[in-house]
Amino acid sequence: MSDSTRSDGTAGVNRRKVLECMTWAGTGVLWTIAGGMPRSMGIIGEATAAEPSGLTFLQISDSHVGFDKPANPNALGTLEEAVNKIKALPVKPSFVIHTGDITHLSKPSEFDDADRIISQARLDVHYVPGEHDVLDEEVKLYRDRYGRGTKGAGWYSFDADGVHFIGLVNVVDLKAGGLGNLGNDQLEWLEDDLKGRAASTPIVVFAHIPLWSVYPAWGWGTEDAARALDYLKRFGSVTVLNGHIHQIMQKVEGNVTFHTAMSTAFPQPAPGTAPSPGPLKVADDKLRSLLGVTDVTFKRGQQRLAIIDQPLQR
Amino acid sequence: MTKIVRNIWVAIALAAAVLAAAPTFPAASVQAADTEVNIHNFTFAPQRTTVKAGTTVTWINDDDIPHTVASSTKLSKPLDTEDKFSFTFTTPGSYEYFCSIHPHMTGAIVVEAATGSSAAQ
Repeated sequence: MSDSTRSDGTAGVNRRKVLECMTWAGTGVLWTIAGGMPRSMGIIGEATAAEPSGLTFLQISDSHVGFDKPANPNALGTLEEAVNKIKALPVKPSFVIHTGDITHLSKPSEFDDADRIISQARLDVHYVPGEHDVLDEEVKLYRDRYGRGTKGAGWYSFDADGVHFIGLVNVVDLKAGGLGNLGNDQLEWLEDDLKGRAASTPIVVFAHIPLWSVYPAWGWGTEDAARALDYLKRFGSVTVLNGHIHQIMQKVEGNVTFHTAMSTAFPQPAPGTAPSPGPLKVADDKLRSLLGVTDVTFKRGQQRLAIIDQPLQR
Repeated sequence: MTKIVRNIWVAIALAAAVLAAAPTFPAASVQAADTEVNIHNFTFAPQRTTVKAGTTVTWINDDDIPHTVASSTKLSKPLDTEDKFSFTFTTPGSYEYFCSIHPHMTGAIVVEAATGSSAAQ
């Protein structure tokens, strides 16, 4: 799959090939927005190819600080490696988006360690929580650190260079038998937040659990995402960035591009290739070879996107 | 959400108090055998268990990912790998539960009267 270009699966790519391409684990995705259309520049370390103009930002996800199981006994170490790569970027991103599961068990020491490492990037970081960040009964630890200026369990929006960014929380009040959950309060807020905005405003939505049905049998989807997407459908450019599944997947639906990021901690199996989700143990010397580059090109008005995946280590 | 969770805990405490105060049938010689539910590969195994009233059920997390044992009332703290959670079921009935972190994980404990006769559910 190296150096190959693939589509969103609507043409020319069989299922096995897509699944192969989804198993890369990596460090972060560098995004740039030029002319209103987000374009992924590939995983950090390979982000030197293009000279970005306009807004550039980085997405990291699923750092699971505190995780020390066989799939990666040192998740804090690999987060630090990712941050070191961010620091070494030739083009300084405007900010970082962290799409949740900062910690593994919501422990104060894990939040402290994560902050100590991530702050070394010396960049603003916009967080949304993963289900691993809200394990304390009151969701106090996450909100004390990252909840300032947010609504509800931590949702918010902000603008940067004409792009409207919306951070959503879909990991609280989960219902038995269900998937990720946004809830009525947040959906009403979203509808209100979007009201009056020009349809030409590029929108970037970020949340932990995918807002599309990646694999409901493993809980990889969001119960009430359709309502959120309904509010977003009048906008010409919508990019949805998620984490949670620890592998790259992409889908384009109308004007909406969905993208999931890799973890900085451990890979997970591709949907249906294992009895369950969870940390995927690979050979020690293979873990970092699973760090990969993903170059994504969005083309205005086209439903297909071109993706080039390359491992950092061959 | 915070408030709801707290209220639920109050509800649990109240329910426990009521149960403690209620007259209990003499367990006599019927000793409910304690039982285990393993949490493995994001499933509760066995997924459905029938026990006698008075049985203590212990959940053990075998996964490298934390899970909880929750119902509409939140029952357990997050269970890390090899952590255990025990609950003694004193009242016959069907108790559906799930993992509040991974809600597609569901299970049930069916509690029958301790006398051994099939209790009306």
